[in-house]
Amino acid sequence: MSERHHWVSRGAITGVWVTLWATQAWAGQREGSVDSGDVAWILAASALVVGMIVPGLAFYYGGLVRSKNVISTMVQAFAILCIVSVIWLVCGFTLVFGPDRGGVIGGLDWALLMDVGAAPHPVYAPAVPLEAFMLFQLLFAAFTPALIAGAFAERIKFGAMLLFAALWSVLVYTPIAHWLWGNGWLARIGALDFAGGAVVHISAGFSAVACAMVVGKRRGWRTDYMAPHNLPFILLGAGLLWLGWFGFNGGSARGANATAVGAVTVTHFTAVSAALAWMLAEWKHRGKPTVLGVASGAVAGLATSTAGAGMLGPLAAVVLGIAAGFCSYMAIVWKGKIGYDDTLDVMGTHGVGGMLGMLGVGFFAAHGHPAMQILAVVATGTFSFLGSYAILKLVDGSIGLRVTQEEESTGLDLTQHNERAYS
Amino acid sequence: MKLVEAIIKPFKLDEVKDALLEIGVQGMTVTEVKGFGRQKGHKETYRGQEYTIEFVPKVKIEVAVQDGQVPRVLETISRAAKTGSIGDGKIFVRDLSAAVRIRTGETGETAL
Repeated sequence: MSERHHWVSRGAITGVWVTLWATQAWAGQREGSVDSGDVAWILAASALVVGMIVPGLAFYYGGLVRSKNVISTMVQAFAILCIVSVIWLVCGFTLVFGPDRGGVIGGLDWALLMDVGAAPHPVYAPAVPLEAFMLFQLLFAAFTPALIAGAFAERIKFGAMLLFAALWSVLVYTPIAHWLWGNGWLARIGALDFAGGAVVHISAGFSAVACAMVVGKRRGWRTDYMAPHNLPFILLGAGLLWLGWFGFNGGSARGANATAVGAVTVTHFTAVSAALAWMLAEWKHRGKPTVLGVASGAVAGLATSTAGAGMLGPLAAVVLGIAAGFCSYMAIVWKGKIGYDDTLDVMGTHGVGGMLGMLGVGFFAAHGHPAMQILAVVATGTFSFLGSYAILKLVDGSIGLRVTQEEESTGLDLTQHNERAYS
Repeated sequence: MKLVEAIIKPFKLDEVKDALLEIGVQGMTVTEVKGFGRQKGHKETYRGQEYTIEFVPKVKIEVAVQDGQVPRVLETISRAAKTGSIGDGKIFVRDLSAAVRIRTGETGETAL
């Protein structure tokens, strides 16, 4: 264990708050004092994650679609950030982090952010105001449905997309996040998820599969020319995601400390090795290293880094990154063969990355239990798939999910928004 | 009068234009076009999805000339546009029944 610990894991600090969770040690503990360095880092990390959603994800997805669906795709990330923020204020935060109710969901004690203020919280926010932690976590809740939007790009009604994202954030995100981060049942049995390998990426990936199934393929898929309309946008978006991920994973250390440094280091090394692995796999398989492949590999690596960022060392990061590049590339090749149109490869990059990351924690982290990690993958994957499937059927049955054939062929920019990206 | 239509590789446009000006051609019309001949298209791959692009971007040059100039114009375009590899393009020659210079009202070969 000590050998493994030395090489690949950074368990010490992580272990402290894992133990605190497990024993519910915050009950009755005295409140700590606010540390200005920690506050500065959490606020900066929150800003980085805003940049990761808008403009990062917006440009990444916007570049991947055709020129008639650019702004309708980009605005999804903006609109989801807005609507989920309001939901987070009303009930999202308390459903995830409020006092545990039966291991399943948080209680309503912090509804409307009552009592979420300047005072730190012994577990969630030892040296920053709980409000700072609330703000940082809000962005995770917003990022996840914005990721899913890649699955139904180019054919969803704007209103249906908003309704889906709102329902999803309450009915799917909050329970899963509570299970792992709010002292829910998965946390109690020892499943670990540092920054959202399961909460964010597995949930997004499996929900994306439900979206592809219920919404259906785009018309002309695999016969018409549907190449990404702007590769520089994709590179810009992937670069901003990379930048934002330093905040996403680094901020999940909940302070400006060695865990944060370790998390950022792991994030970076996973991303670079995954980008190289995808590039080399495609070069060998198809004869050319593609720009889209390098960008996609980096994003798959970033997704993979999330689950264990604060618990692993750089060598484990490289191993996981290489696996991420290869597996993610195989997943998108395989997707073409089985014929479901997860349009922007949410499952192939984020779902696969999330699963690899969660398994990596089981095998490489000091406090990881492979069986518990596998259980967490299965539980969160199944719940997100079924939950999303039910919500999609509900939305389809009420206001309808999909635009008409004519609207789809004209493009969503003009038909959903009366605007064009390029006039 | 003849209308010479040359469909060439886009990057050869400047060389062809300069060569035609050198032999005394006074004007030309240029259009960006797409098409294919024996070159066929090329392949593009995005995340494993392969697309065959049949129509290749080309440039079409149209030059109206007197009958006697035709052999020299054909020779000049062929020389300037040639790379020796597949996809260099084609030249078509059509009869031209009338020509008008709008400013002066001149017609026929004097309008060229």
